[in-house]
Parts: sequence; structure tokens; C-alpha cells
Amino acid sequence: MIHLEQVQRADTVQTTPIVCMHCEDPACAAVCPADAIKKTPDGVVQSSLKPRCIGCTNCVYACPFGVPKYDAQIDQMMKCDMCYDRTSVGLKPMCATVCPSGALFFGTPEELAAERSGTPINEFIFGGKKVRTKVYLMVPAGTRALTVSTGALVRKSDLKQVVRQDG
Amino acid sequence: MANPPVAVELLNEQFGPHPAHVPPGGWVGRAQPEKIIKTHCCFCGMQCGIQLKVSKNQVIGFEPWEEFPFNRGKLCPKGVKRYLQGGHPDRLLTPMKRVEGQGFVPISWEEAFETTVREIKRIQAQYGPDSFAMLSGVSLTNEKSYLIGKFARLALKTANLDYNGRLCMVSAGAGNKKAFGLDRASNSWDDIVHAEVILLAGTNVAECSPITTDYIWRARDRGAKLIVIDPRVTPIARTCDLHLPVKPGTDSALLLGILRVLIEEGFTNEAFIAEHTSGWEDTKAAALAMSLEEVSRISGVRVEDIQKAGRMWGEAKTSFLMHARGIEHSTKGVDNVVSCINLVLATGRIGKKGCGYGTITGQGNGQGGREHGHKCDQLPGNRDISNPDHRAYICSVWGCTDEELPGKGHTAPEIMEMIHAGEIKGLLSICFNPLVSLPDSNFTAEALGKLEHYTAIDFFLNETAYHADVVMAGSLHEEEEGTSTSAEGRVIKINKVVDPPGEARTDTSIILELAKRLGAGKFFDHFTDSESIFNELRVASKGGTADYFGITYQRIVDEMGVFWPCPEEGHPGTPRLWEDYKFKTNDGKAHFNAVTYRPPAEEVDDEYPIVLTTGRVVSHYLSGTQTRRIGGLVDLCPDPYVEIHPTLAEKYGIVNDQWMRVESRRGHVVLKAKVVSTIRPDTVFIPYHWPGKKAANNLTNRAYDPVSGIPEFKRACVRIAPASGPEQ
Ligand code: SF4
Ligand code: SF4
Repeated sequence: MIHLEQVQRADTVQTTPIVCMHCEDPACAAVCPADAIKKTPDGVVQSSLKPRCIGCTNCVYACPFGVPKYDAQIDQMMKCDMCYDRTSVGLKPMCATVCPSGALFFGTPEELAAERSGTPINEFIFGGKKVRTKVYLMVPAGTRALTVSTGALVRKSDLKQVVRQDG
Repeated sequence: MANPPVAVELLNEQFGPHPAHVPPGGWVGRAQPEKIIKTHCCFCGMQCGIQLKVSKNQVIGFEPWEEFPFNRGKLCPKGVKRYLQGGHPDRLLTPMKRVEGQGFVPISWEEAFETTVREIKRIQAQYGPDSFAMLSGVSLTNEKSYLIGKFARLALKTANLDYNGRLCMVSAGAGNKKAFGLDRASNSWDDIVHAEVILLAGTNVAECSPITTDYIWRARDRGAKLIVIDPRVTPIARTCDLHLPVKPGTDSALLLGILRVLIEEGFTNEAFIAEHTSGWEDTKAAALAMSLEEVSRISGVRVEDIQKAGRMWGEAKTSFLMHARGIEHSTKGVDNVVSCINLVLATGRIGKKGCGYGTITGQGNGQGGREHGHKCDQLPGNRDISNPDHRAYICSVWGCTDEELPGKGHTAPEIMEMIHAGEIKGLLSICFNPLVSLPDSNFTAEALGKLEHYTAIDFFLNETAYHADVVMAGSLHEEEEGTSTSAEGRVIKINKVVDPPGEARTDTSIILELAKRLGAGKFFDHFTDSESIFNELRVASKGGTADYFGITYQRIVDEMGVFWPCPEEGHPGTPRLWEDYKFKTNDGKAHFNAVTYRPPAEEVDDEYPIVLTTGRVVSHYLSGTQTRRIGGLVDLCPDPYVEIHPTLAEKYGIVNDQWMRVESRRGHVVLKAKVVSTIRPDTVFIPYHWPGKKAANNLTNRAYDPVSGIPEFKRACVRIAPASGPEQ
């Protein structure tokens, strides 16, 4: 289960899909008091196990990428599990299959680099702490790791700057 | 008598829209599908391939169809959620009639047909055959479009048949016919990927034709430059190389300016112009008649940006230009279209790999639907109903005489004006919701109230059908086999996935039954199924510009679509037009059309000082009859809103999320403000998919393009004020 966020709609139409980055050392699982979040041997961090999840939302607060969501109607945390039902049988995850603009891609970082401009990276620095992930993000060529700070990724658009004013 | 029989609120309670939702936590424990059927999405001209999962005669889910070459499994939210129409609680399951004070009550099919036919006969006997009109829609397949064209002319015997493509593709169609003598995108989308520069004029591709973004990004990954003409920063404009934020309604001036740059800076392809075109001298003179300073003053785009656009377009060796309703929904819609084509022809970049041009069809079957006969001036194969040779050919296919074939009728907005004026007394509609989609909704509502009889065929009770006397429960896209034609001109196969539920019938069987009861059975009795209709369509289109003769159901399946023209069964189809530079005009050349700038129908003044423009959002389709009933889509955009620039908002004391009133000379709406810097400071935007008090079309102008008859949805003048809350 992924979700979409609008980034500062007042300044831009940018949206960003929030998919689980499948951390090598997942904070969500580390903070789970019920041990409800498991990582598969192939590195996919699963959604919470229904019998174990106590709905405490620790994971929601711990995840640096804002991925897990608590669903009150079913009293359970739900998150992207890379469509394990699909990817474990050779299909692509649903989001990357249907994504109309190709913003989401399923394949190896090498395949991605060959098709796109930019560089795939999987190291993110949050307030001095480095997080390595299974999922890659495309960034401008030459970048090695991304230091994440609020607002740094937003390109603002203000049409007042580019329309002729005296028409 | 055609006003709603009870309060609209009561009808809404009974008939919806009630959004169908995925249950919390997903479809846990849902039955495995009995079958998975390949078909296409119904919600835009992309016509994405999709597979629908079926259990117990109900669509219960979907699976991407990755082998289908156009969209390769990709879908937008409308495609992902379309399956929720299956088993929808609002679905009409029986015919109904209007009972004053009670609402709509179920009746038998016998009564529905008997009443409708009796009223048609009564009205036509009293007021003449053309006093009964038919309005149709291009969510319908090619087969149904063809059938309705034939039905209206030979069974209903009326000239007054038109369709909702009048609000969509008619400016593009007219412009393409002027320039090329044929009405289709010149290339398959594959050529986009090989273009060095892409120009998007008035087309919010990310929301209205989402798969197009994939092609554009593949070109950009190869280094292509992207220019976007739009008064808003649309999602595709956000990262473009050059954004020209044009003032709504002034596109032709801007396009003249770009052409002027091409001429002045030596970017024109004189050899191509001399050999393959006509009309250049006048066009060039018209472009040189307006200075860039003047263009800039009218269009609100800076001179340096116009020059940059000309250079970006001029310097490239390959290019692709696309436009859509942004420039076409205008009293200068056709001028704007030919102005775009002038840029393509001036640089001679057409008919080759990576050199393309196309309008982007908005509706599911906007392309095929308009080619085969429910446009008031056309006969199948994109033939002209006023041309004696074209008429003679269709008469020979249909087995009728020239006297039996009515002439050119009126456009959909004209039909509504004539209903209002009391000249048209009866209406049969299918798949069209003019109360939401025509400009000036208050006028449309008044007109509908004057009808003596109105029968509506639809699968959900849309807002226009609230005014009906008889409602016939028709079929959804997935309930009938047929073909449709995508924005690329690719003819594809729509497959039947489930049967119509309850007593609902297929649209085809309803039309055929009406034809029989109207005494025209001899023209229709040989139709046994959709394929038999398609086979007659193939013959009827043969020799026309939109020639489908070589296309068969089997070929479409085997080849995953066939591009028309395809005149013979052995013909491969035509993904890219004009490779031979033999254009379909009278002189065989591509025509430049000189354009002189005209102002829009409504200019701002002290009373109405702000420009309003309208459009779509990604989660809704047309008048929302379907998408306002699909939970996930409603959640994405539950209500319309007003996009307004912070500078303008501040001037009026409006803050984000606050209620505000927008008023034009026709009507008003009270909606919430979305204060965003991504729109021109002199313009507000409202999406149009909602009815009643939330309808953007309460504000829009009944002003039409003189050639195409398209309404000027993209420009009206309004005044605004803060409001304390929604209208009660
Ligand atoms: S991205 Fe968030 S939810 Fe996903 S594994 Fe890392 S911490 Fe857990
Ligand atoms: S609405 Fe258009 S783009 Fe979206 S899935 Fe349907 S056909 Fe494809």
C-alpha cells in the first residue's frame, strides 16, 4: 500500500508517491513493540502482521520516509510490501506496473541508469544518520547520497514572475 | 413536461451519485475471478489496454495488460478504479417513467418503447420530423456510433442528430480537414519518443491523457526539450524547459508570434513549403502583420519567451506538436488549430520518424465516434452529409433514397437553443449529460423544462435525465462487444465482459427495437450482432478518408489494433500519415491557413474583471456520471474548487480553503479557494465535472466557434468575492 503526497500545493503542483524504501536496517521494525514487522530474506520489509499489530503507531513516527499508515477502520498498520504477492511470483509491483509517467520503475539500478538521465542512489542522510535502502531514487548525475532537509527538493513555480504584467 | 418530478435532492438520494468504495483493508477473501478478459479502459482517448476480472457476472477487479503496445500495462487512477462500476448500487436495472410528485418508477420495456414511439410519432406529426432531436455521445463504440447515425436519419427521420464531441473534438477536426483534408492525429505516439522538441499547446496531458506523459518522458530522457503553452503550471509544465503562460483566449496571437520568429530568424523549410504546401504567402504576411510586442501585450507572454519558443522549435531537426481542448474550446478554436499546424508545416516536420503532429482526443471514442455518423454534418467514413457524391454512396450502402436521407442538422448547443426557443419539442439522448457539460447550465435547465417529451438511455441516472419522461436502462462499456478508435487513430477491440444486470438491455438492442417500432426495420433487421454492424461500417467507410474497410475483428485482435486508413484486408494500416506527402486536400498539398487575431467573445471590464478558465482533473471524466460514483476517484477530488493566485486572492481578502463566490453574466457558484501561485494572477480556474450549484458551467459563455460550433469553455469573465459558507 503506497500513498501520494502533495508537496506544498501553494507553490507547486509537485506530488510524490510514498513507497516503502525497504531499508537495510528498518526503523519501523526496530521500534515495533510487538515484533509485527518482518523483513523477508530477499530484503522486503513486510506490512504489519495482523495478529501481532497492536495499532500503537510507533512505526508511523519512526519511519524517516513517512511510509507506514495506521488504518483505524481495521486497527492495523498498513504499508507498502513491494506487492509481495506479485513480486514473489515474477510480476512487478502494481504501482510500478501502472504508473503512467514512469515515475515509478521496477528493475535493477543498472537497468534504470541505462534508460534514464540522472543517477540512481540508495543512501539518504537524515540529520547525520545514514539510511541505506533496497529502493533507489533518481537524482541529478554526480550525486552520491542525498541529504534530506525539509523543502530542499521543491522547485517552486510562481507565474507572477513570468507573465507580462501590463497586458 | 420535463422538469424533475420531485426535488433534485430526493433524486440524488435514490439514484446517487453514491461512491462505491473498496472495503477497509482491501478485498480480503474475495472470490477468485472465473475469467480475466482483455479489453480497454473507457475513460479517455488513450484507450489503455486493461484486463477485467469477472466473477458471477460482475467485474470484481482488474489486472494490467502489459503486452498491449500503447500503454504497456500503464493506467491512470481512472483505469485502476474503473472496475468499481461493476455491481454499482446506482446502476439502473429497469426502464422507468416520470411520475409527478413521486419520482421515477419502474415500468415494463413494452411501456417504455410504446410511450417513446408514440410521442415521437405525435410530435413529428404535429411539428415536423426535425422537431424531434437526438443527442449522442462518444463513450459509445464505433458500432453504436454508426448505428445511431443510421437510426437517427432513417428511423427517427430527423436531421437534428449531434453528439457530445461537439464539446470536444470539432475544432480539431475542422482544422485538420482544412490543413490536411483528413481528421486524425498525423502520427502514432511512437514518434513522440524520437522528437528533439515537443510543444504542448493547451493540453494538460498528465491529467487528461496520462499515458502521453510516458512518451514525453522517454523523449526527454533522450534529451528532448519541452515547451508548454498553458495559463497554469500543469503537472507536465512543472519541469518543462519553457512555459508560456498564455492568457486564456489569446492563443492564436501567441502562435502567430512564434511563427513570426520562425520566419524572421530563418527557421522555415522553404523547399518543403514550395513543394508540398499552399497558402504560405498569406500566412506569412499575417504573421508579419503583428509585432512581437503586440503579441506579447495580447497574450501576456514575455517577448523573450516567445523568441525562445521560436528558436527551440526552429533549431530542432525533429519535433512533435500536440494540442487539445485548451486551445480548441474557443470561439477561435479552428484558428488556433490551424495556427499550430502552420508551425508544423513551416518547418516541414511531418510524415517522418520523430516528426509529428496530433490533437489529443479527449473522450474514450472521440476519434472513431466522430468519424462514423453521429455528428450533424457527417456520414460514415468521415463523409460530408452535404456532398451529393458522399450521400449517393451512403444511400447505396444503406439501401435508401436521397429523399430518405435527411441533410445537415444542427449542433448540440444549437439543438439546446432550439429546444429553448420551442422549435424542437422532443429529445432522445444516449450517453450525454448536457445539463453538466454544455455552457450556461441555467439556460440548459430552462430549455429541458420546455420539452414535450424526453427519453433518456443511460446506465446511471445522470442529471439531464432527471428531466426525462422515460428512462431506458442501457449498457455499460463492459457489457457489449465493439471497437473504438484511440487518439492515435488505432482501432481497438472492446470486449464484452459481463451481461447487462437486471432488466437493463444493451444499447444496440434498444436502438434496434426502436427502429423496428418506428417502421424502419428493413434498414436494420440484418444486424445480428456488433460484428455485423462493424462489417457494414467497413463498407460504408470504404473510399472515405476514414477508411476502415481492411480492418476486421480478427485483425484487431491479432495485431493489437490497426491504424486507419486501412483500405484493403492486406493493407498494414497507417500509423504515420503523410509519408508520401500526398495530402487529402483538393490540390493534394498541405494547406497553410492565414490567421488574423480576433479577441475572445468576452473581454474583462470593471464589472467582470477576472478571466475564468475551466478544465478537467485526473480523477474525473466528463460530466462525472461515472467517476463521481467511484469512491477512490471521489476521494482524490470530492468537490470542485477555485484555483486563484495569491496576489489576486489577497486583493479580495480571500485565503486558502475559504469559501468564495464566482459570478458571471450567466450565473454563479460558491466554492472553496485553492490559493496557488501556479496560475496566472489575472485568471481563475474551476474544474467542470459537477452539476447544480457546483457547476463551473453555470458561469461559462454560450459563445461558439463560427466554423466548429465548439463553446468557449476556456474563457469567460467573472467577478469574485469572499463568501461565508456554501450555498444552501
Ligand atoms: S521506508 Fe519506512 S516503512 Fe519502509 S522499511 Fe524503511 S522505515 Fe520501514
Ligand atoms: S482514463 Fe485514459 S489514461 Fe487513464 S487508464 Fe483510462 S484510458 Fe488509460
